[in-house]
Amino acid sequence: MVYEHDVLVIGAGLAGLRAAIEATRKGVDVAVLTKVHPVRSHTNAAQGGINAALNEGDSWESHAYDTVKGSDFLGDQDAIEVLCQEAPGEIIELEHMGVVFNRDENGRLGSRAFGGASQARTYFVADFTGQALLHTAYEQSLKYQIRTYSEFFATSLIMEDGACKGCIALELRTGKLHVVKAKAVILATGGVGRAFEPSTNALICTGDGMALAYGGGAPLMDMEMIQYHPTTIKSNGALITEAARGEGAYLINSLGERFMAKYAPNMMELASRDVVSRAEQTEINEGRGVDGCVLLDLRHLGERVISTKLSQVRDLAIDFANVDMVKDPVPIRPGMHYIMGGIKTDITAKTQVAGIYAAGETACVSLHGGNRLGANSLLELVVFGRRAGESAAAYATSSRHARGGESLAEKDAQHIKQLTGAKTKGEMAGPLRLELGKTMNEFCGVYRTEDGLKTALDRVVKLRERYKGITVQDKGSAFNTNLTAALELGNMLDVAEVICRAALFRRESRGAHTRLDFPTRDDENWLKHTLVYKTDGEPRLDTAPVTITRWQPVERKY
Amino acid sequence: MEVKLRVRRYDPEGDRKPYTQEYAVEMPDSATVLDSLIQVREEVDETLGLRCSCRSSICGSCAMRINGRARLACKTKVVAVAPNGGTVNVEPAGNMPVLKDLIVDFEVFWEKIKAVVPWLRPEGPEPEREYIVDNDKMLNLNTTVACIMCGACVSDCTSLEVDPGFLGPAALAKAYRFVGDPRDGHKLDRLKQYTEAHGMWDCAHCFMCVEVCPKDVAPMDWILELRREAEAEGFTNHNGVRHGRSIAESVKEAGWLDEGKVAMESMGSIGEKLALVPVGMRAFFRGKMPPMGPMHYQRPGAESVRRIFEELEAKE
Repeated sequence: MVYEHDVLVIGAGLAGLRAAIEATRKGVDVAVLTKVHPVRSHTNAAQGGINAALNEGDSWESHAYDTVKGSDFLGDQDAIEVLCQEAPGEIIELEHMGVVFNRDENGRLGSRAFGGASQARTYFVADFTGQALLHTAYEQSLKYQIRTYSEFFATSLIMEDGACKGCIALELRTGKLHVVKAKAVILATGGVGRAFEPSTNALICTGDGMALAYGGGAPLMDMEMIQYHPTTIKSNGALITEAARGEGAYLINSLGERFMAKYAPNMMELASRDVVSRAEQTEINEGRGVDGCVLLDLRHLGERVISTKLSQVRDLAIDFANVDMVKDPVPIRPGMHYIMGGIKTDITAKTQVAGIYAAGETACVSLHGGNRLGANSLLELVVFGRRAGESAAAYATSSRHARGGESLAEKDAQHIKQLTGAKTKGEMAGPLRLELGKTMNEFCGVYRTEDGLKTALDRVVKLRERYKGITVQDKGSAFNTNLTAALELGNMLDVAEVICRAALFRRESRGAHTRLDFPTRDDENWLKHTLVYKTDGEPRLDTAPVTITRWQPVERKY
Repeated sequence: MEVKLRVRRYDPEGDRKPYTQEYAVEMPDSATVLDSLIQVREEVDETLGLRCSCRSSICGSCAMRINGRARLACKTKVVAVAPNGGTVNVEPAGNMPVLKDLIVDFEVFWEKIKAVVPWLRPEGPEPEREYIVDNDKMLNLNTTVACIMCGACVSDCTSLEVDPGFLGPAALAKAYRFVGDPRDGHKLDRLKQYTEAHGMWDCAHCFMCVEVCPKDVAPMDWILELRREAEAEGFTNHNGVRHGRSIAESVKEAGWLDEGKVAMESMGSIGEKLALVPVGMRAFFRGKMPPMGPMHYQRPGAESVRRIFEELEAKE
């Protein structure tokens, strides 16, 4: 089939839905296309909350400075100013849409403390804030009757005269390819956690939008900046929210010490995530860990706080770590969680390619620079999701649909035929993905070296070669998850290569990017963004300046 | 440990009817059923179809029947359902058409969610800031907001089995989420709509949804709450309301249930009452007629039962 819309949003997490709602409000025809049903999106996993300077005595400037400092001065300050200035309005809007935010004793919005923040400015719904926000946005998408292509996988972008004009999409239920034409496309496809093993990310976080935009000529920015979350469960990488520490949990080592006193004497457990993760890894590496972990101790919080504010993670710890946090400390360790880098956009969510807009984890505005503060990610989704919707709607009024019809899908049909058609038994996608994930986690983790990164790049390049010979065993059309897994792996390999190259490129330590061979921050040479462009040969590396409006870089201490 | 799985499979393109296939995979002791299924799909049989994503019981993708009961595969440890190394039975969720293997069609599920008008509809001008609301009311709603729409309750709902049109536990829990929200301005419209056919009164309170819900939403509790709200707001012209009241009356009266009387009193119209006659005849000829009228004697202890009623009524 050939479908036509003014604005096509790929991805239906909070950024995508917020973008779709805004574009609809602007009066254009909008469709959302997602490889899972909208409420299955990974926004669900955000537990702790969403930041805004709404409380008396707080200010957007304070929120902005915390974010700038958290980013290790790599975030663009004009973008961060937008984020923090628009935050209060967005929270109020979400509340009006129906989000069941926690209240204080006066019935007003109640906030909690979070890492790297100088004020308690995190608004929340128990410990499933992301889920509550996502479901509310979905409700609004129903209210606005937004057309949703659910369980459609975008296989490529339609590019014409250097501009993006929609996408080709595989309908998972039937296995049919469709042409979805649009005058503007918003990519809101989330992160790429599955390129790492383990990761807190859902199985659907495979960097699809990043790979699509990169293939379409848009540069990926600061891709070396990978966040390791300080509190993940060893057995399966599941996340324990930072809100646990926000509510007062301690981190202790095998000697029973609150070791953060050595690394961040003022903020202790609530220092920035990169700082806490490095501290934990150092404790573990120096032999003060417990079976490859340190301990998260919540016992002093008492059962009431735990069961009303942290009920979901209490269940997770019982299910996956066999520990009831009311009674025992939970063994945790740093785990891959988030990518600060992404498709380079400006503060209107526009990329360098005409017709492509991006928002959320898949984008890099840049708000988070070298390290994202907890509860700033949900905020990014609504502020820049809305901006993407506005920009794309405006652009769509002056652009035209692609020429051509169903034949636009021909190339993708050939590719799929080649993947499923091979009779010889090539390698399977699953084990290749696992190898990729283990490689990335080993060499692009909390601590990095030149040698390690070169090894990683070398392996990723070889994996890409092997990928060309894989065979999809499932030859069926309906819900061929084997085929989508293979397509996703292709996306992850592209993005993983970019991560390795960017990490080799940045020869300093900043934020989450810690190079043992370049252990200090080097503002003279590296107060700038890394950019990676796709070419016919090796990717092209470049840099872009960091926008500094009012906060000059200083040494970062917590 | 070795995990043995017996998976119900169905390929819509093949000509085979649903069949079962057995797999065995080596897994760590902490493995969940989902981990094991993924292991099968990645290393043994790539054609196995299932939905899954977050692995942390928050996305709601992987509800399926495990050993005959709806569960999230990612929240179910193998050792919990097959403690002695037995085989784990895995089937698609119930009450929804199977599309492929463990993948079921959620279309009707979402249609029913849409049918309850699932968005906040405040009345009057919006406040400049947030609505001022008591935190306990918000915390009360949290229980329903925690629903991840996995469909486990729908899978095992016994009312849906006999009445596919029933809105079902997930949609009705969602309905309460707005009825109970002090910010919503359409409580009465909503209650009126939900009392209609296939609505709140069609639940048979079998507790299955409460038992299988992986997020402790307890949909049935909210259905009962909807009924209380509906009655309190005067939506009483309904067989469900009459049924409940008649049961209470007859127990209060005689200390036990007068089934015949309850059946008659539940029916709102003459036509419905008449329709019970053949049912009664059949019961009579098969010797299953409950004691009615003068036969419905007072049980010993009826006095004590009545006192319980009176004390409860005094408290209200």
